[in-house]
Amino acid sequence: MAAILSRTRTFQPPKSRSATAEPVWVRLLLIGVTLGFLGLFLLMPLIAVFYEAFKQGVSLYLAAFADPYARDAIWRTLLVALLSVPLNLMFGLAAAWAITKYHYRCKSLLVTVLDLPFAVSPVIAGLVFVLLFSTTHGWFAEVLRENNIRIIFALPGIVLATAFITLPFIARELVPAMQARGTDEEYAAMTLGAGGWRTFWHVTLPGVKWALFYGIVLCNARAMGEFGAVAVVSGNVKGKTSTMPLYIETLYMEYETQAAFALASLLTLLALATLVLKNLIEWRGEAQRKTVH
Amino acid sequence: MSIHAFHLHKTFGDYRALDDVSLEVPDGKLVSLLGPSGSGKTTLLRILAGLDFPDPDERTRLVFHGEDVTTTPAGKRGVGFVFQHYALFRHMTIADNIAFGLRSKPRRERPSAEAIRHRVDELLGLVQLEGLQKRFPSELSGGQRQRIALARALAVNPKVLLLDEPFGALDAKVRKDLRRWLRKFQEEIGITTVFVTHDQEEALEIADEVVVMNHARIAQKGSPQEVYDRPASPFVIEFLGNVNKLTGGFSGATGADGDTLYVRPHDVEIAPSGSSGHDYALAARVRHLFSAGSSGRVSLERLDTGEPFEAEVSRERLSELRIEQGMEVSVVFRHIRLFSKEAYIERDLP
Repeated sequence: MAAILSRTRTFQPPKSRSATAEPVWVRLLLIGVTLGFLGLFLLMPLIAVFYEAFKQGVSLYLAAFADPYARDAIWRTLLVALLSVPLNLMFGLAAAWAITKYHYRCKSLLVTVLDLPFAVSPVIAGLVFVLLFSTTHGWFAEVLRENNIRIIFALPGIVLATAFITLPFIARELVPAMQARGTDEEYAAMTLGAGGWRTFWHVTLPGVKWALFYGIVLCNARAMGEFGAVAVVSGNVKGKTSTMPLYIETLYMEYETQAAFALASLLTLLALATLVLKNLIEWRGEAQRKTVH
Repeated sequence: MSIHAFHLHKTFGDYRALDDVSLEVPDGKLVSLLGPSGSGKTTLLRILAGLDFPDPDERTRLVFHGEDVTTTPAGKRGVGFVFQHYALFRHMTIADNIAFGLRSKPRRERPSAEAIRHRVDELLGLVQLEGLQKRFPSELSGGQRQRIALARALAVNPKVLLLDEPFGALDAKVRKDLRRWLRKFQEEIGITTVFVTHDQEEALEIADEVVVMNHARIAQKGSPQEVYDRPASPFVIEFLGNVNKLTGGFSGATGADGDTLYVRPHDVEIAPSGSSGHDYALAARVRHLFSAGSSGRVSLERLDTGEPFEAEVSRERLSELRIEQGMEVSVVFRHIRLFSKEAYIERDLP
């Protein structure tokens, strides 16, 4: 009996193995390589940041934030994000609208140009603004000098550079969402007598709100973390034009390792919070999409 | 309210969607725009709605009940529009969807919140979906959604109802029920209605008048019976479906070589082989037969050219003839339409 049973067992097809599944060792290798890379390049640095930040005790960690220059840099970073994110919110909505709702010839060019900030090195982006707005050798040098306007080595320059770097984030999230949504609902609103504003606020915007939030979160994270472009246009003057990433570098150069990592841990926390928020939004957006055919 | 459209043109880039189309819809009638995709029917409907505008041409006019609305925006034309994919506002409840048009009115014309609530209840009753106020569109079936879309369009008391393939996204059973319901509903409220479809059965069943479109032009217009009985072109006869198309190899009264002959399956008479005695009987072989309901469908194949065609024969006749698969039979066409290069001939054969 037992012999029969064991023999019949050998005829059974292997359980839970689909045609696309790889052999076990391949799967283990792939998972191992992925986890190894993540550990080496993501987890270890993350741990290192917090380890270094707290190495000499909590009191010294907190003292890093009492430094007036550090506070100034944190405040400026927040201010820059507060100014550049709304700027890109407006631009992103306008660009996404222009790309998805109308048909015209150079549209694909517009889509390509929109990605330019991703392709261009941030340092070059910064240099371009210096070339344009420097009060000594910029294209608009005379006008700026006559009117006593400072853009480079001042807050406006930092905001400009940050806005440029973060330009695509919101538009790129909105375009696919708006495309998937189509224009029928807006047409329906039109035939029901709704004007442009009412249609925008009550039909278009609620339809893409999760994509919009997601874009804002990503845009904000990048705006607070931007280094290269801001370093070029701000001149990095402690207490005057320094932002968090710039000040961290300054501290590190001055061998203030613990303070540098303390500030770095704050930026890292911000990044982690962004990730959590991003996942929450994706999860919520997914739930919303699932209820819609 | 009547609709008169004169000399509408519309091109999208190089693509011609409407080529000098004029249309008249009498007050209170249900007119169907019928045609294959790309024939311009949806473009015409959208131009009537004001969702698209015709190309500038000095003869172009769009007149609703004597009033020129050629340049009037969609929201001011007094039209209700129903979309193929419902286009309900997904983030709003059913009540908010229906109330949207009323709430979009300028402040002094806007009804009170109480009046809007009443109107929503009344409309839900009209489309037989009472009690769904608090639901969201995603919780409804396709047929229910389309009725809500209709209620939403009717909320602002439009003078004209325009429907773009309203049943296109529904399954066959629901389609049939809903189109009969729509016909009854339209008769009751007496609203001038234009609806677009590519389904000839749908158009013929519910429309007062059918406008057949092809290649950006109107191919034929008339009552369903007229269009079905007297198709004006090979396109119309083929598009209205259920017709055999045979070419070549005819002799005598059935026409010359190179003509195209159309015959409806119910005009095909089957007789035992060699028994008919007609000059113009065709020899054919039975390929397949199937009977459902009162009639049977016989698939045949011409012996001379091998062309397949179909016959519709009553069940009694089928059993009388004792037709079987593979049998050779003699076939006579009772009524044919011939389209030769020069002329269109319609003929009853004895």
